[in-house]
Amino acid sequence: MSMPIIWMIIGMGIVTYIPRVLPLVMLQTENWPDWSKKMLSRVPYAVLGALIFPGVLNVHENIYFGLIGGIIAIILAYFSLPLIVVVAGTIGSLAVLTYFL
Amino acid sequence: METVSSSYAEPSHLKKGIIDGIPIGIGYMPVALTFGLIAGTTGLTVAEAVLMSMIVFAGASQYMALTMIALGSGALEIILATFIVNFRHLLMSASIHERAEKSSKKIRAVYAFGLTDEVFAVASTKEEPIRSNYIIGVAAVAYTSWVTFTGVGYFAGSFLPGILQESMAIALYALFIALLIPSIKKEGKVVISLSILGGLFHSIFQFWVATGWAIMFGTIAALLVFEGIESLWKKRGTE
Repeated sequence: MSMPIIWMIIGMGIVTYIPRVLPLVMLQTENWPDWSKKMLSRVPYAVLGALIFPGVLNVHENIYFGLIGGIIAIILAYFSLPLIVVVAGTIGSLAVLTYFL
Repeated sequence: METVSSSYAEPSHLKKGIIDGIPIGIGYMPVALTFGLIAGTTGLTVAEAVLMSMIVFAGASQYMALTMIALGSGALEIILATFIVNFRHLLMSASIHERAEKSSKKIRAVYAFGLTDEVFAVASTKEEPIRSNYIIGVAAVAYTSWVTFTGVGYFAGSFLPGILQESMAIALYALFIALLIPSIKKEGKVVISLSILGGLFHSIFQFWVATGWAIMFGTIAALLVFEGIESLWKKRGTE
């Protein structure tokens, strides 16, 4: 292993860790106004939307691949199946569809 | 240690976390395999590739680092770019902080290391208070998969059959959808509006800024716009 690369990796590790850890050990949200707490608790849903879209359309050159996969996942999740079943079911269905189409 | 008063048939928070971490483990597999493979072709040794996955544990930044190494960028440039891409985690960690159970700073500092986008997504959609051990369980599975398959990918490349490898690219998106739908069923309009706005603003911002920033700005814009719409709605309702 070359030393410059190791230092680079350590540097990358530090700057990745900082934003992940700072709010958790520094923030004192107890006295924050309610609206800001409400906004923080809504972050996950906005983030999930941003993580799904538009990325899901780019998992394959063919845009329908991601679109159909997304729809299958929505259907499976709608029936309140466990996470693992939704994920494995979506992968399996797409594999079968690709095989036959 | 907390003592769980309910029946002993109830699995521990750590165990629940491990189970919910498995879909992330599967989703990381093709991503880590490809990372290991590309790291090899970029000229990294297997030890360097695995070390990067062990110390950085951030998919997007690691891919970006490979691209930049290939372009001949310097270490400082790469570190700065990593910092910029990961800035969005400030928002996610703050949100976890707001909803997690009270725990010591040491424990929070431990699970903070594992808060990737995916671990955040799984943990943050849990009911309050989110247990520290649950987050640690989810993160441990995600981390093990990420590091292991980086090493495997370096030597074996994509050993999975083509069709399966392609289909597995959907895994993380299926996971995100599986996390979102129950919240939509439970809380309806609020969740669906926020997620559509999040996706919409991410799509718009990605034309101007790198994806890490686009996710962060997209999230903030979604929260603000939703807040605006909601207060307008309330005003109309009271008139």
